[in-house]
Amino acid sequence: MIAGVIRHGGGMQSSETLQLRPPRHQVSRRAITWWTVRAVGSVVTVLIALGVALASWPFARIGLLWPILGTVLLLGVGYVVVMPQWRFRVHRWEVTEDAVYTSAGWLSQEWRVAPMSRIQTVDTERGPLQQLLGLSTVTVTTASVAGALQIAGLDHRLARDLVEQLTATTQATPGDAT
Amino acid sequence: MTEAAPAPSSWQRLDPRMLAVTPLRQLAGFLPVILIVLVVGARDLDGRFYGLIAAVVALVLAGIGRWFTTRYRVTDERVELRSGLLFRQRRSVPRDRIRTVDLTAGPVHRLFGLSVLNIGTGQQVQGTEAGELSLDAVSATEADRLRQQLLERAAVAQAEEDTPPDQEIARLDWSWLRYAPLTTSSLVAVGAVAGAAGQFVGELGVDPTDVEAINGAREQLDTAPLWLGATVFAVFVLIVAVLGAILIFVEVWWGFRLVREAGGTLRVRRGALTTRSISLEERRLRGVEISEPLLLRAGRGARLAAIATGLGGSQGEGRGTLLPPAPVVETHRVAAAVLAEAPAPTTTPLRRHPAAALRRRLVRGALPAPVAALLWLLAVPGWLPWVAVALLPLTLLLAVDAYRNLGHGLAQRYLVTRHGAGVRRCAALQRSGVIGWTVSQSLFQRRAGLVTLVATTAAGSGGYAVYDVAISDGLAVAEQAVPGLLGPFLTGPAHPVEHPD
Repeated sequence: MIAGVIRHGGGMQSSETLQLRPPRHQVSRRAITWWTVRAVGSVVTVLIALGVALASWPFARIGLLWPILGTVLLLGVGYVVVMPQWRFRVHRWEVTEDAVYTSAGWLSQEWRVAPMSRIQTVDTERGPLQQLLGLSTVTVTTASVAGALQIAGLDHRLARDLVEQLTATTQATPGDAT
Repeated sequence: MTEAAPAPSSWQRLDPRMLAVTPLRQLAGFLPVILIVLVVGARDLDGRFYGLIAAVVALVLAGIGRWFTTRYRVTDERVELRSGLLFRQRRSVPRDRIRTVDLTAGPVHRLFGLSVLNIGTGQQVQGTEAGELSLDAVSATEADRLRQQLLERAAVAQAEEDTPPDQEIARLDWSWLRYAPLTTSSLVAVGAVAGAAGQFVGELGVDPTDVEAINGAREQLDTAPLWLGATVFAVFVLIVAVLGAILIFVEVWWGFRLVREAGGTLRVRRGALTTRSISLEERRLRGVEISEPLLLRAGRGARLAAIATGLGGSQGEGRGTLLPPAPVVETHRVAAAVLAEAPAPTTTPLRRHPAAALRRRLVRGALPAPVAALLWLLAVPGWLPWVAVALLPLTLLLAVDAYRNLGHGLAQRYLVTRHGAGVRRCAALQRSGVIGWTVSQSLFQRRAGLVTLVATTAAGSGGYAVYDVAISDGLAVAEQAVPGLLGPFLTGPAHPVEHPD
């Protein structure tokens, strides 16, 4: 259905509107909680480290300590509120017969495609927080050191089925995937 | 290891000449210390002398011990190496995993007719050399025989008398020596000379001001104006850089030959004191990369490297090098010959990237301005902001250069992409070697309507990027390069974006 869109003769005239469509499936809604908790953790860490560093530095004397900490706190709160929601809208995945397709990120976004025939390993990973929330991260690697696809924050049962499906499909494909 | 044709699966020792080579090489490493002990320590010669003797004996014993405990064998399936007495090591590499068989012979090894055989699988197991196996050392003839055997060329060579002979693709042209000073090896030379001089002076405990010649020269310079002193110093550094770079070039590239062997292997042989033989299976070749650092580019020179699987990622750095620094025209010719593709894919006319890509680079190039302002605000030493300001023209020029270097194109079987500020890199990657795409977009790229498209591959650095390309151009190129991979996920005007879920 898309094949008709890409009509570039010998030269490559730009067809102004060619775009990547979002992958079909969203990750679990619980991923928002997961990202929020992690964001709070890193913001608190940064604040403490910054506070200690600045307090033992001349900034404290010039009276810059509180303005700087305040700005960082404000930015941090914004980050905690905005980032998880934004990520949830961006993080998506799709598995077709021929390929795995993912999108991730928030300010910076990334779309990755790997053909089924080039997939080498399919791994899952569950940190303590993810286990608590019933989430999983699925990593699909290819022979490229730069080519791994990650689907973070999947419902763990869904992740298990997905891994089974991918493993079965890739095992059925011959070749060394390079 | 003196038998002419050892049984295939019997355990072999390393060459007995290693009994002499190992201690000699280690002694050579201690040579400066030994010299200093002998020269400077005249007062207390006896004690130091016996210490030296003891060290030598220990080294010889260690060498003998290593030789007696190390054995290797080549079976039909694997290459195995056993070593150590207290800490036993067994290393085993399946033969069908072997990707590279390289030979290296340093001066001492060559004196004794030996070669070190390095067997690589190109596996990146936790960034270690787990996939590596090194026989240090066997006789040069045995090394060559093993190389042939392990690269499975022996069968080919013996089966048919009339196999096509080895075909020479390139050999050293001494006029390329002019590129030596334009490479980073000139900086290496300056660093090495400065370091060695400093160490020598320090270890000998000589105060440079004690030496009459230096003192005399210094006094003359003291009375001379500052610019003269600076000029003399600059000329001195320049001479060291040029001479050093030429020496390094001669040592590394002496006798360079790039040959296509009958079994489908590319073989690079080079080196004056230390000789090297590096082999690359053609079926692992996925493309080439031509890089032109700023100085080399100014002299119309370039470097050529193979993009191949199984070279071992960053560890294999330099293993893919196919040519010494050479004229650009020569790199294109060799690229064409190596890839068996005429004309060379690297000469494909490239498409420029949108003006937004230039703006992005100029913004980055203007970065010293706000940095200067910040430095000024923070009231650090007065001259520092001016350094940042002085850098501004340079960074802006680099920005323009970076934009002019951007480009991408498609050849018959290759995706070609070029980029780089200062160092210009042009990679031609086999379209069939592309094993995935990564499209990324930062916040600023999104506003400029640009993306960075990375073709992922099992070879070379793992991914080759088309930076800051217009969205639809980038997606179109990706789909044209590998039809059907990205296509199912694209939408055009006739297909409004469908929001699933």
